[in-house]
Amino acid sequence: MVIYSVYVVNKAGGLIYQYDNYVPRAEVEKTFSYPLDLVLKHHDEKVVVSFGQRDGIRVGHAVLSINGVDVIGKNTSDGKDILEYLKDPSNYPVSIRFGRARLSSNEKLMLASMFHSLFAIGSQLSPEAGSSGIEMLETDVFKLHCFQTLTGIKFIVMADPRQSGIDALLRKIYEVYSDFALKNPFYSLEMPIRCELFDQNLKSALEVAEKAGNFGAGS
Amino acid sequence: MTVHNLYIFDRNGNCLYYNEWNRKKQAGISKEEEFKLMYGMLFSIRSFVSKMSPLDMKEGFLSFQTSKYRLHYYETPSGLKFVLNTDLSVTNARDTLQHIYSNCIVGNTSRGKNDAASLGGCVCVHSVISNPTEKHTANKQLETHTLVFAHT
Repeated sequence: MVIYSVYVVNKAGGLIYQYDNYVPRAEVEKTFSYPLDLVLKHHDEKVVVSFGQRDGIRVGHAVLSINGVDVIGKNTSDGKDILEYLKDPSNYPVSIRFGRARLSSNEKLMLASMFHSLFAIGSQLSPEAGSSGIEMLETDVFKLHCFQTLTGIKFIVMADPRQSGIDALLRKIYEVYSDFALKNPFYSLEMPIRCELFDQNLKSALEVAEKAGNFGAGS
Repeated sequence: MTVHNLYIFDRNGNCLYYNEWNRKKQAGISKEEEFKLMYGMLFSIRSFVSKMSPLDMKEGFLSFQTSKYRLHYYETPSGLKFVLNTDLSVTNARDTLQHIYSNCIVGNTSRGKNDAASLGGCVCVHSVISNPTEKHTANKQLETHTLVFAHT
C-alpha cells in the first residue's frame, strides 16, 4: 500500500512541486555475448528495447548501465554511442542493466502540463452539466487522484490502486501548502515551492496516510 | 445507474459508432469535432499513463472519474477502442465493453459485415439495471442487452 508521488500544478498548468515518495525500480542486469538478440533503438535521448522481450527485459525498458557504469543518455560514460559500442564484437561479453527509464525533470514538467489540459478536456466532454475535471484516473498499476482548489491549484497524488484515504490526504496536502508555502513571506504565488517546512510536513503527511491506508485496506 | 453515451473508435481514430441515451449536456462543438477531441484525449491519456507509470503495465488506462460521471475505456488488441460514459455508481464496465466487442462486433464481422456503416447500423446497446441479488454482483454491475438490427 504505497504512495508513489505527489505533484502540485499551478493555475497556468506549470509544475511547481514534485516529490517521489517511492520509486519501484525493477531492473534486470544480464551478461550478453555477441550478437545481441535484443533490438535496441534511440528514443527520446535514450536507448530503448524495441524488440526481443525476454527474462524480465520488456519492450520499452531503457539501457541504464553498461558493465556497471551508468550511461548518459545515448552515450556510455566515456562518450561513445551505445549502439555503435554494442555493434563491435570486441566489446563483448558485456553486462547491461535494463529497467524502466526514470523521468527527467523536463519530462515531469511536460507530463504535468499535459494532465492540466486533460483535466480540462474531461470537464468539457462531460455528458452531465456542472462536472469537475478528472478527479481520479485508474490504471491496472496505479491510481492518480487530483484535487483542484478554488484558486486553480491542482494537487496530484499517484498511489497504489488499493490505497485508501487519498481524499483526506489531498485535503491535508492543501492544508500543508497553505500553512508552509503560502504563509512563507519569501514564497511568491504560482512559483516553484522551495520551502523546507513544506517538504518536511508533506513527508510526514504521506507517512501517516500510508499507515492509515494499510489499516483501511486490510480490514 | 445511468449510461450516458458510448463511442467506438477504430485504430486510426475514426468514430465507427456513437449513441447516447441520457446525455444532459452537449459539448458545445460539432459531433465530428467532439469525436476528434475524445479520441485525442484518450490517445494523450494513454501516452501519459505509459510514461508516468511506476511499474510495467499490462492493461494500461482503465477509467477515469470526475465529480459527475465516469468514463470507462476498453481497447482490443486490434486497436478498436470502446468508450462508455456512465454515472458514478458504475465501478467496472470493462466486462460490459468486452461483451459488446465479443458478441456484437466479432459476430458481425465474421458474417462479412465489417465496414463502418454496417457496424453503425447493426449495433444497438440497451442497458438494464442488473438485479442486485445476482450471484456475481458484489457492487452493482451494468448488465447489457444487445439488440442487433438486421442490416438491410
